[in-house]
Amino acid sequence: MESSLETQTVSVASHAVEHEHDEAGNSKFGFIVFLLSESVVFLSFFGGYIILKTTTADWLPPGVTGLDTQEPLINTIVLVSSSFVIYVAERFLHKENLWGFRAFWLVTMAMGTFFLVGQAREWAGLPFGFTSGVFGGLFYLLTGFHGLHVATGILLQTIMLGRSFLPGNYDKGSFGVEATSLFWHFVDVIWIILFVLIYLWQ
Amino acid sequence: MTNVPVETLNETQQPVPGAPNNWRRFFSFSTDHKVIGIQYIVTSFFFFLVGGLFAMIMRGELITPEADLIDRTVYNALFTMHGTVMLFLWTFPVLVGLANYLVPLMIGARDMAFPRLNAAAFWMVPVVGILLMSSFLVPGGPSQSGWWAYPPNSIQNPTGNLINGQVLWLLAVALSGVSSIMGAVNFVTTIARMRAPGMTLFRMPAFVWAVLSAQLIQLYGLPALTAGAVMLLFDITVGTSFFNPETGGNPVLYQHFFWFYSHPAVYVIILPVFGIFSEVFPTFARKPLFGYRVVAVSSILITFVSSLVWVHHMFASYTPGWMRILFMVTSMCVAVPTGVKVFAWVATIWGGKLRLDTPMLFALGGLVMFVFSGITGIMLASVPVDIHVNNTYFVVGHFHYVIYGATVLGVYAAIYYWFPKMTGKMYYEGLGKLHFWLTFIGANLNFFPMHPLGLQGMPRRVASYDPEFAFWNVLASLGAFLLGMSTLPFILNMVSSWIQGKPAPANPWRAIGLEWLVASPPPVENFEELPIVTAPPYGYGSNEPLTENLSPSNAAN
Repeated sequence: MESSLETQTVSVASHAVEHEHDEAGNSKFGFIVFLLSESVVFLSFFGGYIILKTTTADWLPPGVTGLDTQEPLINTIVLVSSSFVIYVAERFLHKENLWGFRAFWLVTMAMGTFFLVGQAREWAGLPFGFTSGVFGGLFYLLTGFHGLHVATGILLQTIMLGRSFLPGNYDKGSFGVEATSLFWHFVDVIWIILFVLIYLWQ
Repeated sequence: MTNVPVETLNETQQPVPGAPNNWRRFFSFSTDHKVIGIQYIVTSFFFFLVGGLFAMIMRGELITPEADLIDRTVYNALFTMHGTVMLFLWTFPVLVGLANYLVPLMIGARDMAFPRLNAAAFWMVPVVGILLMSSFLVPGGPSQSGWWAYPPNSIQNPTGNLINGQVLWLLAVALSGVSSIMGAVNFVTTIARMRAPGMTLFRMPAFVWAVLSAQLIQLYGLPALTAGAVMLLFDITVGTSFFNPETGGNPVLYQHFFWFYSHPAVYVIILPVFGIFSEVFPTFARKPLFGYRVVAVSSILITFVSSLVWVHHMFASYTPGWMRILFMVTSMCVAVPTGVKVFAWVATIWGGKLRLDTPMLFALGGLVMFVFSGITGIMLASVPVDIHVNNTYFVVGHFHYVIYGATVLGVYAAIYYWFPKMTGKMYYEGLGKLHFWLTFIGANLNFFPMHPLGLQGMPRRVASYDPEFAFWNVLASLGAFLLGMSTLPFILNMVSSWIQGKPAPANPWRAIGLEWLVASPPPVENFEELPIVTAPPYGYGSNEPLTENLSPSNAAN
């Protein structure tokens, strides 16, 4: 009995240590839970889009025949490719190659910025606005909400890049980098659905 | 060791001394889940009184058939604010507060997974309250479109001001949603990853199962409401056409967004109350919770089924026949896992040695009222009945039996049950019993008359009515005033016992569960050493020397 109690105490102690050092694991789990919840917001918007598109009589605003798909397609290719680039950046960090990480991280940020600029150019050239009927509202709501996420992603990437120049931050990998990368993949997947819904299904 | 039928701490461990009972820390930014829990409970109780005051003004108006006490627009604002305050500032936060206090203790964790996020989520609640209350000061007053905020009513803006009651309402609801999602992420992570060694899923108390189930609903449901609220906000402020039928929008789509969350929200409220029942009944019947595993799994089942029933709120909203039938069937299916729980509680009480202390009285009273609301719920799930009583007082009666009868009584049961743990003081039993009887009689007198009123056809949300409805309305109003009075002995009891009550032992009820193995109130870090759990919960009865595992001060009890 005495010895079994000792074993128990040992396991308690090691568990406590495990608890204290597993904050990154908790954060990762919590972040994934948060992203799942976020995806429901997008799913709700998508559901609303599908319902309104299939039930609204005057879907497109007067004088609008459809959306140009060429530039958004280029944008899509750039954004989706950036998911691979950010993955490479992460691999470099795992191999403790900080400059490789920074280089590919910076390329990701540039690609994200390219996407945002392309979207702004598209918005500026469109013949309808936020209040132009049901379609106008949905178009700007969906692309705008997604664009906000891209901007957030770039902001997070900027912070992570800045942190990489502080001593000791990325010695054993970083939850921040992992989360930012996860968020970026999420934003990309959402865009693919959005692109199909808005641009391909006209 | 493995045969001990109770959860137990490492046997060498004595309860660690309690935390200092300094009231100032409850007004500060603390990251201790216990402080945050009490902050939630006290703040929400303040808003409970505010919402109750609104209700009593309305019942004062309805004591006579004419609209003679308040203006009709004020009446509309009051029922809107009553519903909003009671849901978003009372029931959600008070249950989150209880869960905040109890879950880490019950699973053997030192705190929640993200203590600072936890505090931030709490401090949004008073901001939500201030936003909502400030709508009384803007031109046009608070929102008058009811807590559903259905368009096209809610997108009308008679004052033309950008800052109006409806916009403030939407901002408050959205902020409350953000706070709740933050809380849900925290609870799910804590329960999934912070359990003490040996605390397997089927060794978790039923209350923890219930909180987990409820928080999962917050995660998948709230984003839909948020999406709808954002779109409605744009319709009101910048003139988009999502829900505005005049410009081609679809107002029924809003109802789908709204009820996709707001129906399951009922289970966010009631599941933790089921958890409370499952803790209180075994303790006061001295019997294990009957069918513990089934009770646990039924919580998850309710979470799942609840996401498939939202259209039953829209049977009268241009819903096609096939959809009505489909959602009638799924709605009735909710009764299955719920019924399982009710039978489990009855079987737990059956043949037990009942002790009718205040927590048990409240739990029993809550259960009785819940069963009644369940029966009227099945009636409402049936399309023909629902079409007949749609938007009448029958519906109001039904959900007040759920939300007041079961939930508020359940919350009171929890507060009395864990009051000694939270404060280190015992409450006054006599005042507690007085509180129970005033509440139970008041609630039934208030809410039962709504059923005959609804069946006779009295619509809800009206400031005046036909004199033929006067009898039941007078009874309901008297019940409401009694209910208002019933909070006085409660407040008196809580304040005076906390200040000068008899010191409480660590385990006044000789209950089983990790939270009873620490001092009252628990120390800051909860456990000096993290406990090891060796058996499922609720091992009451068979091996009574369970007090051996408790502190010496309790062995005398």
